[in-house]
Amino acid sequence: MSPVHDMGGRLGYGAVDPKDNESLTEPWHAKVLAVTLAAGALGKWSIDESRHAREMLSPVDYCRFSYYEKWLAGLTNMLLACGVVSRQELKSGHADTHSELAGRVLQAKSVGSVLARGNPYQRSKNLGKFKVGDPVRSRKTQGNIIVKGGHTRLPSYAAGVEGQIIRCHGTYVLPDTNAHGLGENAEPLYAVAFASSDLWARASNHHDDVIVDLWQSYLEFA
Amino acid sequence: MSYDDENSHALLPSDPALRVKSLETILTEKGLVEPAALDAIIDAYQNQIGPKNGAKVVARMWVDAIFRDEMLRNPTPLLHDMGFLGRQGEHMVFVENTDKIHNVVVCTLCSCYPWPLLGIPPGWYKSDSYRARTVRSPRDVLAEFGVEIPDEKKVRVWDSTAEIRYLVVPQRPAGTEGLDESTLASLVTRDSMIGTGFARVPSP
Repeated sequence: MSPVHDMGGRLGYGAVDPKDNESLTEPWHAKVLAVTLAAGALGKWSIDESRHAREMLSPVDYCRFSYYEKWLAGLTNMLLACGVVSRQELKSGHADTHSELAGRVLQAKSVGSVLARGNPYQRSKNLGKFKVGDPVRSRKTQGNIIVKGGHTRLPSYAAGVEGQIIRCHGTYVLPDTNAHGLGENAEPLYAVAFASSDLWARASNHHDDVIVDLWQSYLEFA
Repeated sequence: MSYDDENSHALLPSDPALRVKSLETILTEKGLVEPAALDAIIDAYQNQIGPKNGAKVVARMWVDAIFRDEMLRNPTPLLHDMGFLGRQGEHMVFVENTDKIHNVVVCTLCSCYPWPLLGIPPGWYKSDSYRARTVRSPRDVLAEFGVEIPDEKKVRVWDSTAEIRYLVVPQRPAGTEGLDESTLASLVTRDSMIGTGFARVPSP
C-alpha cells in the first residue's frame, strides 16, 4: 500500500473540476502561504523536511484537510518539533517568551530578494553514471530505504519498472536523507521515461509515457 | 525532526482562518514574523508573480529562434536576466508541444509548480483527482478541460518529483504570423503552459 500522499495512479476519484480555478480562494489561504514562507526563512528546516511534515499528518487529516490546512498543520507540527513554539503557546494563542531566533526574522524589505533568490538544490553539474538512452529499472522497494517510514520521492506507481533515461539534470540534494537531518548527499538526478503500457494494466494509448525525475540510487541498469 | 504528537496542530482553533490568525499572533509576538513581510509576500503572489511571466517567455520563444534554442538548452541565465528565476522555479526545463507530442505537467506527491513563471497553482492542480489520475488517464483528464488529443499523437506526462520545474511551451496558433510579441503573449494561457489547454486563437 502506498502512503496517503503518494497519489499517482490511485483509483476512485471523480472528474477534475476545471472551474476550481483560483490560486488563493480565501484570504486565509494567502495568509497560510505567507506565514509558511516567513517561518521557513528562519532557516530551521529544508523543503524536504517541510514536505515530510505534511506527509506525516495522519491519513484521516491528510484526506479531510484542504491544501492550505495541510500546510498549516505541517507548519505547526514543525514549529513545535523544532522547539520554536510550545504547546502552551499554541493552546493560549499568545507567546510566553520572545524567541532567540528573532534576529533572523524575514523583513518586508527583503521579501522581493528572498523570493527571487529561491533555494537552488543543484550541487554540481556532474551527470552521473547513466547516459541519455540508457535502459534503467527503478528500484522495487517502495519508500525510504535509509530511514524506516521516511521521506522519499520515488512514487510507488513508478517503483520496479523499466524505463529509459531521457535527461541528465546534474547532481541534486537527496530528499531521502535531507528530510531527516542526515545531510544533503547530493546525487545525479535523471528524467526517466516510462511507457504508460509498462505502468498501467490498461493504458489508454500505447504511445503515451510518463516522465519521472529520479535520483541515481533509485535506479539500476536494466 | 520527530513528531511525537502528530496532532499538535489540533491545539489551535479548528476553523482554519482562526487557526492561522492564532499562529500569526504567536509568531509575531515572539518576534519571528513581521506582519508587513506577510503583506509583501501576499502582494508578490497575488499581484506581481503570475502566468504573465510565463506567457512572455513563450511568446519570445515563438518569435526568436535563437532565444528558443537557448531556452530549451540552458534557460537559467536568460530567466535570471528576465527576472523570472526564484523560489520554486530555481531549475526550469521547457518542454515544447509539437505535431507529434503533447506535454502535460503534474505533481503526484504534493503540488510542485513553477511559481516564478505561473504563480501559485489553481485549486484543480492541487486536487486529489488531478494528482491521482493525470499519470494513469491523462487523456481523460485532458478531456475534462476540453482538450482532445488525436490517438496518433503522444501524450507525455511530467511528474514533478524533484526540484526541476517543467513549463509546457504550447504550439503557436495558426494565423498569428503577423502579430507582435506582446499580442502573442496575450494568447498564451496559464493552462496552455501546464498542458491542460491550448494557446488561444486570436479573434478575427
